[in-house]
Amino acid sequence: MSLESLYQEIILDHYKNPHHKQLHSPYDVEVHHNNPSCGDEVTLRLSVEEGVLASISWNGVGCSISQASTSIMCDLVSGKSKVQGLELERLFLDLMQSKGNFSGDIEVLEDAVAFSGVAKYPARVKCALLGWMAFRDAALRESRESEQGEQREQSK
Amino acid sequence: MPTFDVDLLRADFPILSRIVRNGNKLIYLDNGATSQKPRSVVDAEREFYFHHNAAVHRGAHLLAEEATDAFEGAREMVATFLNAQVDEIIFTKSATESLNLVAYGFLNSSIGAQNTKSPFFVDASMNIVVSELEHHANLLPWQQLAQRTGATLRWFPVDNQGRMNLLDIDSIIDEKTAVVALTHQSNVTGAITDVDRISRRVREVGSIFVLDACQSVPHFGVDVLALDIDFLAFSGHKALGPTGVGVLWGRYELLEQMPPMLTGGSMIESATIDSAQFAAPPKKFEAGVPNMAQVVGLFAAIKYLNGVGMGAIAEHEHQLTARALEGLVSIPGLTIIGPTDLKNRGGVVSFTVEGIHPHDMGQVLDDKGIAVRTGHHCAWPLMQSMKVQATTRASFYLYNSADEIDQLIAGIIDAKKFFKV
Repeated sequence: MSLESLYQEIILDHYKNPHHKQLHSPYDVEVHHNNPSCGDEVTLRLSVEEGVLASISWNGVGCSISQASTSIMCDLVSGKSKVQGLELERLFLDLMQSKGNFSGDIEVLEDAVAFSGVAKYPARVKCALLGWMAFRDAALRESRESEQGEQREQSK
Repeated sequence: MPTFDVDLLRADFPILSRIVRNGNKLIYLDNGATSQKPRSVVDAEREFYFHHNAAVHRGAHLLAEEATDAFEGAREMVATFLNAQVDEIIFTKSATESLNLVAYGFLNSSIGAQNTKSPFFVDASMNIVVSELEHHANLLPWQQLAQRTGATLRWFPVDNQGRMNLLDIDSIIDEKTAVVALTHQSNVTGAITDVDRISRRVREVGSIFVLDACQSVPHFGVDVLALDIDFLAFSGHKALGPTGVGVLWGRYELLEQMPPMLTGGSMIESATIDSAQFAAPPKKFEAGVPNMAQVVGLFAAIKYLNGVGMGAIAEHEHQLTARALEGLVSIPGLTIIGPTDLKNRGGVVSFTVEGIHPHDMGQVLDDKGIAVRTGHHCAWPLMQSMKVQATTRASFYLYNSADEIDQLIAGIIDAKKFFKV
């Protein structure tokens, strides 16, 4: 395992020039996640329109893996349906928990397969997952809130 | 000059010849987190388990007698090491427990049947003093004590060199200060606290001074009487000893007045169904069957440290630190988080490098077999004050060599090339 396969060029590119890294307003939900063992932080905002992830933006501080992973995740899920986004999150989680035994489906996970090397470093898996976990939390929270909103509408 | 041969000494530590990533030899620079163990420490634990294992202070058989002798022998060893009385040494499971034991001594004197005359009584009219440099282990117990009793938490700020700023000492520590709990040496910046200055003030106002000595006792000679303090905590595993054993030293007259945190077996003089008479210190604070093999391992660790000599160890680490600081300050974009001079400074060096997150720095160094710590080092308030999110920390010990320091410097330069900064 070489450093180059851990830090693939695309990871370093996203680290230096992260995408979606400016918090948008308005938004439906905002979540803040941090990694207490290392102090990495991400704030993520999400807007959903008719089941589609219409806008996703974030800000945060952390290592190249956490920052690049959040950037690539936003590229990947943006414009997809919430259901598809959560499915991608599940596939990425599988990849991270693979201990490096598989490399991920590039057709589905696209640039996010660049993190397959991270799975061999257990201490760094949580870095790669930080943004994804924030996304999952935001998506589920949005579902709950819109459900409650509908119930309120109905009870009127 | 060091009075010991580092290469010869390294042979006592089997782990130091381990091959780690990419066929590299381990360069262990994470001693602030935990130290490696010489063969004699592990042998002592094995010898205890294979030949003398029995519950100490009970049992009428030969093994119980031998185990008790070994256990109490370790207490004597620690007492001599710290220049303390043998009955003032309490074995705990960790320094964290040691510090909590004192904090709970205060809490248990201040709730329920209060004893306002007790030196451990604290209420909302009083204050508790810590510093921004504290490791969470010496912050949380006091912060929580303040919350539970209504006392005000006060703290010494950190200056831009990573040292405790004592300018306002006379207003921070006053007649209403119940306790002053401070680190002896920062686990992040390496700054050594001016204990003399603080203990003079503590004596003026009649307060109690607790010293977190986790980063000092393993590295230089510490004399509790000379320091004029009241309590001191350190952990065995940072001082070549096993995990699972910590030490609390306290002045005997204070220990006598301090209620226990844990109650149970072997800490009583007598007990009935609804009352108990506690044993005298130190037993009052050692409920339950203790971590005996670990205590015996700590005996071997201190014996090892004494054999090398604490003065020689301090001098060796001083030279390593000088070499590290000289190399680090010459790297463009690198900032030392802590004092850049060698005065009152231990062998812990934290730094940041522009454009490289500490985790990524740690990863590149790990790739070369160099083990360092990255992150916030369980000292969030300090990181917030120094305005850094995380640092990379190299911390040295008696078995580190000048060549290892040079490889650390070379590794950092390589990391800059790798990340193109």
